[in-house]
Amino acid sequence: MANLIELKDLRKTYRLGGGEGVEVLKGVSLSIAEGDLVALMGASGSGKSTLMNILGFLDVATGGDYFFDGRDVSRLSANDRADIRNERIGFVFQNFNLLARTSALQNVLLPLEYQRKRRPKAENVAWAKELLTRMGLADRMDHAPAQLSGGQQQRVAIARALVNRPRILFADEPTGNLDSKTTDEILRMFRRLNDEEGITIVLVTHDAEVCDYAKTTIHIKDGQVVEGMFR
Amino acid sequence: MISLQVIVTALNALRRNILRSVLTMLGIVIGIASVIAMMEIGAGASGQIAAKIANMGSDVLMISPVAISSGGVSAGSGTSVTLTTDDVTAIRRDCPSVKAVTPVLSQGGIQVVRGSRNWSPNRIESGTPDYLVVQNWEISDGACFTERDVAASATVCLLGQTVVDELFDNGESAVGQFVRLNNVTFKVAGVLAKKGTNLMGMDQNDTAIIPWTTMQSRLARGGGMASTATSSGDYSRKNKYPITSVQYYPARDATQTANYPMPIRFNNISRIMASATSSDTVQDAISEISETLRLRHKIADGAEDDFEVRNMSELIDTITSTSSLMTSLLLIVALISLVVGGVGIMNIMFVSVTERTREIGLRMAIGARSSDILTQFLVESVILCLSGGIFGIATGRIASVVISSVLNWPTATSPTAIAMSVAVSAGIGIIFGFYPAWRASKLNPIDALRYE
Repeated sequence: MANLIELKDLRKTYRLGGGEGVEVLKGVSLSIAEGDLVALMGASGSGKSTLMNILGFLDVATGGDYFFDGRDVSRLSANDRADIRNERIGFVFQNFNLLARTSALQNVLLPLEYQRKRRPKAENVAWAKELLTRMGLADRMDHAPAQLSGGQQQRVAIARALVNRPRILFADEPTGNLDSKTTDEILRMFRRLNDEEGITIVLVTHDAEVCDYAKTTIHIKDGQVVEGMFR
Repeated sequence: MISLQVIVTALNALRRNILRSVLTMLGIVIGIASVIAMMEIGAGASGQIAAKIANMGSDVLMISPVAISSGGVSAGSGTSVTLTTDDVTAIRRDCPSVKAVTPVLSQGGIQVVRGSRNWSPNRIESGTPDYLVVQNWEISDGACFTERDVAASATVCLLGQTVVDELFDNGESAVGQFVRLNNVTFKVAGVLAKKGTNLMGMDQNDTAIIPWTTMQSRLARGGGMASTATSSGDYSRKNKYPITSVQYYPARDATQTANYPMPIRFNNISRIMASATSSDTVQDAISEISETLRLRHKIADGAEDDFEVRNMSELIDTITSTSSLMTSLLLIVALISLVVGGVGIMNIMFVSVTERTREIGLRMAIGARSSDILTQFLVESVILCLSGGIFGIATGRIASVVISSVLNWPTATSPTAIAMSVAVSAGIGIIFGFYPAWRASKLNPIDALRYE
């Protein structure tokens, strides 16, 4: 399988104030194959969130190379990164980040507002409804986030992440706010998406349980990839 | 670029906080409403002032002969006798910008007597029926005397309201009654409508109007000129057309004959009054009258006129500029309230941006460019301001209608003000919405997503 993502000696330094920078990523080299289900593990402060932000084109590295789908994307403009986020990438967040007082269906349709190539509205709505149905929310489409449980909200968020037919899904602590039963449910949903749709998924977590569902686990410690720490 | 989608998104965002949106809009509503109300009341006021000026005779032109100057001593305005009734006819015929023209003779100190009551009006005026057209004066009761009355020197008169009040009982109709003016009996043909004081503060109702021929032949003791000169000296035109005396041509001594070689004509008149078709054509009318009279009086090119044409344009300019100054002052106050409303918009947009930081982060994460965010917030503020502007226009219209009906102030709809308000409110939306929108678009998506 071809590598969707390849990092070579990726570095990220934050400059705070006028003093010397804080190096968060100290030369990360890794590759993620297409169709993989990766768990990005690490304690808080290990730099895993920074790594995910760079992988997800929310942030730019200060050094090293990032190849996405064979293309060097280290030096893209903000607008190009926005377009890639819109077309290739889906995000799922720990705190769901759904728009309040907006129906589940409207929330799912949100990314399509920023599509450069517009499709007919009816087609978009049909696709969003299909996704929600697949997430088991067929009867909750008109509910606002406040009327949904945490697990249901996260499933809406997953449907939203999928609405653009992305190549890769990034989930930042997707189960951090959920109880163990719904955690299980959500993780199985990721696994199914990966198995059935072949979508590459990167789960960022500090929870070892999540790794059970992953095909590959990458451990990050102090801004570096650590091989074979557990398992 | 701004698609329907963006507008729908903005409307949804505003709807999610409907109370706040409405309250924010209120600032703009009040601002625009006051602008509209000011403009309409201002326009109404200047319309009324224009009407009042017209009522006072803004488009009235006074044509009088220049003064006689003898040995360096000027005898004052109107002492020369160069105008004739033929001039009046010529002006009426040849000047398209002149609406009406009449010869005018006036005399003060004439007593009006009816039964046991008497009254001395300010002045007795005389002219043709056109006099009322020139003065923009209506008849409230009865009718004006006719051209035939003028031709016949008929003893008919029109009485001003003050004179009627003094001579007649309340509710008694003056029309058809008889009054005496200096011992000549006149039939009252009509009563003049009430007219306020003139620009000099004189009561314009304190008058009577008679045909000018009657004034000349029957009433004017001083003769046809009815001159304002009251000196009892050996003034040639005194006693020219006496009623009491049969001496039509008083004896002139040698000096007088030498001083005033002018032939005496029966149709000499002291003044002509004309009115222009509108206040815009006053200057045209003046030049037409000058041309006609120069031609008729055979004045060579370059020679000075033997007459003067005067109007009240300076006075009108002063009054008009005063009223427009007032309107602009009020407008400035209204504009200040608009700016305050705009600052309110900016304030609320900042609150909205801060409150929706996570939403902005999310929108960026799912592929919104910073220009998309900028557009979204700009569109929101423009929609706020525009709808505020539209409500403001409606409120302002209602306010001006209420004011005009309750306070009896005149108002006039001003399409310019409405168009301007729409433009101004959209402009305010853009100007005051830009900074918050720009701040939103410059947010870092990672920080925005983490914002609590």
